[in-house]
Amino acid sequence: MSVGQPPLQLPPKPAVKALNCPKCGASITLRALGQAVAVVCTSCHSILDAKDPHLQIIQTFERITSTDAPLIPLGTRGKIRGTDYDVIGFQRRSIKVEGIRYAWHEYVLFNPYKGFRYLTEYQGHWNDVAICKEQPIVDTRFRISLEANYLGEEYKHFQTADATTDFVLGEFPWEVRVGEQATLTDYVHPPRVLSREKTSAEITWSIGEYLPGKDIWSTFHLAGDPPEAIGIYENQPCPVSANIKTLWMTFVGFAVVLCVLMIAFEVHAKREPVFHTSYQMNPGMPAGEASFVTEPFELTGRTSSVEISTSAAVQNNWIYLNYALINQDTGEAWDFGREVSFYSGYDSDGSWSEGAQSDSVVVPSVPAGHYYLRIEPEVDRNHPRIVYTVEVKRDVPVLGFYGIGFLALLIPPILLTWRSLSFERARWAESDHPPSAILKTESD
Amino acid sequence: MTRPVSNCPNCGAKVMFQWSSSVQTVCEYCKSILVRTDIDLKKVGQVADLPPDTSPIQLNTEGIFRDRSFVVIGRILYQYDQGGWNEWHLMMNDGKSAWLSDAQEEYTVSSLACGPNLPSAAQLQVGQQFKWNGDLYSLSVITKAHYRGVQGELPFQYWDKSDVTFADFRTPSRKFATLDYSDADPVLYLGEFVEFEDLKLKNLRQFEGWS
Repeated sequence: MSVGQPPLQLPPKPAVKALNCPKCGASITLRALGQAVAVVCTSCHSILDAKDPHLQIIQTFERITSTDAPLIPLGTRGKIRGTDYDVIGFQRRSIKVEGIRYAWHEYVLFNPYKGFRYLTEYQGHWNDVAICKEQPIVDTRFRISLEANYLGEEYKHFQTADATTDFVLGEFPWEVRVGEQATLTDYVHPPRVLSREKTSAEITWSIGEYLPGKDIWSTFHLAGDPPEAIGIYENQPCPVSANIKTLWMTFVGFAVVLCVLMIAFEVHAKREPVFHTSYQMNPGMPAGEASFVTEPFELTGRTSSVEISTSAAVQNNWIYLNYALINQDTGEAWDFGREVSFYSGYDSDGSWSEGAQSDSVVVPSVPAGHYYLRIEPEVDRNHPRIVYTVEVKRDVPVLGFYGIGFLALLIPPILLTWRSLSFERARWAESDHPPSAILKTESD
Repeated sequence: MTRPVSNCPNCGAKVMFQWSSSVQTVCEYCKSILVRTDIDLKKVGQVADLPPDTSPIQLNTEGIFRDRSFVVIGRILYQYDQGGWNEWHLMMNDGKSAWLSDAQEEYTVSSLACGPNLPSAAQLQVGQQFKWNGDLYSLSVITKAHYRGVQGELPFQYWDKSDVTFADFRTPSRKFATLDYSDADPVLYLGEFVEFEDLKLKNLRQFEGWS
């Protein structure tokens, strides 16, 4: 700009402007001067035209029928997504579902560079809301589309209801009126909610994101604690769902490790035979109580599993063996009973068989040392001659352990998945599509 | 750089054009609306006092849109029953002109475009869809606005308007369109929603208590 050129006349700096209510004379503060369309007198609650220098009255009330106090006082400043905003307006709106009125609060936020933004609060659940710049895509064949796509993400229809404005305070970027009606349709994709608001004049889409009360409290430096959130809100993120995938991935990881371990032990297991002897029960021998001990055998090497196998050529008969694996040096004993039984025959369906002529059991973690078995066989009173063989091997793979480990690993992800499913059930129970109804429509 | 310089036929103050294609400007001193003729400037009207507005943008605000810098050289101010908005006339560094609109601090940048079969104002209906430049635009709102005033340089004469109809279109992307019914034939502007930060604006107005 060259010298001598007339200076540009700067328009007056806008700031908070003090005016008086034309109805009751109370002072009115305009914070979004030039951008607010309506302002409400804090004293008589008359709604005034904020565009008009004389604050022409838009709506007055015979008497103040209802009142409400914003949890964030008007004029409070807070930083949201890196931008300072002042709380300039507050309204209570409600919907009526099956005769019950549900009310929530909306706060109008303003920044002179960035414009307007909103906060909503319902029973301690908060949402940070902005008007959509991109148009969501809905199926226009239906009056209410059951899905909406916004920025490539699918949102599911949650609820459609007619909302009424019950109470207003402060400034609004539209000509707000008590009694104002709008049809609200919410689509959810937790933690976001996509809302369509239809009045007689226009359709507005907004996008909200769930915020816990404590975030609001720290944003606006409010004293005390935020009201506790009651129930599950439509777009409240499930506290566990974020972890479920990780947990299942962890489970898969551990399961793979287990499998590798299992294969490694399976491959490396020595299966070292340490004892092998056959015994026989002749007919007429007493049916029980005849216990005996075997020759001692030695377990060498590290503490490992020991497999005791019993095979008996029984035919339509059985033998039951009470075993005790006894450490000769320490006297420590492992007691267990095993049965070998085998039955077979023919009937109208053909041949059949039941049981097996051999059995094996694994005793885990047996330290090295000198051992012997105490065996106490039991057989049927009229038994034929039964020959049975007892075989002991050390260092055999214990597969059962892996099964138990596998099941134990499954518990956390299953528990969390179940919690997440019940959370989603509770969420959708409050919607236009309660879970039972969803099942019903699916089966149709 | 030579800029067309002239004197205000009303008050004699120096009037300098920043953009050689400007057709109209407003004398900064006496607020006369001046239109360029082949020979000199002709006063065609007078700007009434503009209402106090709170747009952070002003004449000479500079910014960047799609890697092209621009400077704000003019403005048309509209009002409607829900408030007002500005159409800021931008001079882009490639010599083209564009418009930055700030309706309640919702910013769009658009420029003149061609479209076939533009509907007449009477045919407009919210929800209608039109395909321009391969994109599908849905009519979101029809605004009956009231011309309130002008400032600075404009690429056309614009001073004797009263009520003007605008049709705003949205898309699933940030693309945006406006049909302007200021004149007998509708004029199409295509553009997009922009974030305030992305425009990297300089020389903005300062608001007391805000930075």
